[in-house]
Amino acid sequence: MSRDGVLRVTDLVKRFGGFFALGGLSFHVSPGEILGLVGPNGSGKTTAINVISGLYAPDGGSVTFDDAAIGGTVSHKLVHLGINRTFQVPKPFLSLTVRQNVEVARAYGGRRAGATVTDDLLAEYRLAEYADRPAADLNSVQQKLLDLVRALATRPRLLLLDELAAGLNPTELDWISSKIKALAQRGTAIIVVEHLMGFIAQVTDRVIVMNAGKEIFEGTLAVAVQVPQVIEVFLGGEHAA
Amino acid sequence: MLRDFIRHFSLIVVPLVAVFAVLPAVYDNHLLLFNFVIFLALAQGVNIIYGFTGYLPFGYVGFFGAGAYGFAIVVMHLNAPALVAVAIAGLVAVLLGLLLTPLLRLTGAYFSIANLAAALAVLHFVANPALEAVTRGPYGVSLTGTFNPTMAYATALGILALTLAIVVFLKNSSFGLALQAVREDPVSAAMAGVPVVRMRVIAWLASALVAGLAGGAFAWYVSVFYPDNVFSSEFSIFAIVFALFGGVATIVGPIIGVLILYGVYNLIGFTTPQYFQLIYGLLIMGLVLFLPAGLVSLATRRGWHVP
Ligand SMILES: Nc1ncnc2c1ncn2[C@@H]1O[C@H](COP(=O)(O)OP(=O)(O)OP(=O)(O)O)[C@@H](O)[C@H]1O
Ligand SMILES: [Mg+2]
Repeated sequence: MSRDGVLRVTDLVKRFGGFFALGGLSFHVSPGEILGLVGPNGSGKTTAINVISGLYAPDGGSVTFDDAAIGGTVSHKLVHLGINRTFQVPKPFLSLTVRQNVEVARAYGGRRAGATVTDDLLAEYRLAEYADRPAADLNSVQQKLLDLVRALATRPRLLLLDELAAGLNPTELDWISSKIKALAQRGTAIIVVEHLMGFIAQVTDRVIVMNAGKEIFEGTLAVAVQVPQVIEVFLGGEHAA
Repeated sequence: MLRDFIRHFSLIVVPLVAVFAVLPAVYDNHLLLFNFVIFLALAQGVNIIYGFTGYLPFGYVGFFGAGAYGFAIVVMHLNAPALVAVAIAGLVAVLLGLLLTPLLRLTGAYFSIANLAAALAVLHFVANPALEAVTRGPYGVSLTGTFNPTMAYATALGILALTLAIVVFLKNSSFGLALQAVREDPVSAAMAGVPVVRMRVIAWLASALVAGLAGGAFAWYVSVFYPDNVFSSEFSIFAIVFALFGGVATIVGPIIGVLILYGVYNLIGFTTPQYFQLIYGLLIMGLVLFLPAGLVSLATRRGWHVP
């Protein structure tokens, strides 16, 4: 493992037709670190996660994980290497039961699932009482948590959370941020994409501010909010709060 | 899971196969019994590819016909023993399935239509007069040398048992669960670590194998047939309708579908053919409107578990 990161993204480019959703994005994240990825709508946060998790192949630049190039590797192999994610719009297996959703990941996640017991995970994320119901019966917050539990069942070393906190009430926000911090303390590298700045301030060690497919700032949120360029793309937008 | 496999196998598969093994002794219309066995296998073949992976194979008969002709060709040209020829029928269908794996890149109706076109292409390839020396082209085949309905029926029963074993396995294994995950959401399935493409191909080839073996047994049983007989779209349509009627992604759904719908078909079809189309049509419309997930959903809606 290299000194400065489990994941390193360098000059990453992703095009959709002639449009550059990512136009040379660079950043890294280290084991045990919680990195915030923030930026206005359409700035390429989800696209970055999609490329890192193997949904799209990059059109340029590189992605390395433990110093191995992984750009363009198919998702299930990345999962076996230790990368997993949640989705901005949750994507559970709707007709399968909540428990089956997790069992699939445990059986195929491939990382010697060992200690993770499905029912313990479900209890930890407040889904135990729905274990035998179809995932379609869950509300959208619960479906996001199921996405997270499914990801955790594969015991990721790099976890990408795409707007996990959106839709949570303040008590739930405190609860989930303590969960995320605990995961990082056990050595997981975590990237948190979020519009809720209070939440970002609460959980992240460092943030990358993105605009139009590139990073425009790297550092702590406290410093970020004083950088004119950041204020311009952000506080000019609708997420001033 | 192993315990459930054994339980489902001994409570569903064994009794069903046993009943169809005994029936010829007490019921004279052996052809009808044979057709029941063939449709039970084909409906489960559709179950494997549609119920567990979500691909609706409008051209499923392509594998059946390819199997029938695979059987005929090795019997005619190589004098192969009938049982060996049935195995080759399965192999031919699997090879055709491999050739058609690019279709799996399509989804929904596009897949179904491309599959239908592929089945027609195989039909016209086989029926091409230029291939008369190999397939007898449009003139059909006559396989009097292997004619043995009793053995062909027993073989069809064996194929049915194998098919049901595959479905019981899918219903009780993480492999089957992963296939259903792929059906529900391939992106999420990949993030659960499931090798999506490989899983789809395996299910596709398994369903091709079932139809190919069934086609081989069919060729053996009837021994005289034309391309239009074994590539008849009725096989695809019936197998799909039976499976959907009972309810896919279950073991018993397609069985119930075949027993009821093919039973009704033969009952009304023979006695009062004038009402048959009407009743059949109404039955299917009612099902699609009120029970889109099949008869078994009457039970699953109440929260009962249906194997
Ligand atoms: N599959 C796609 N095809 C075409 N364009 C896309 C695709 N995915 C994303 N885009 C475009 O790329 C840009 C970046 O989208 P992305 O979803 O990465 O933004 P985001 O930062 O996650 O925004 P949000 O905060 O609204 O979730 C947007 O303009 C979007 O319309
Ligand atoms: Mg997004």
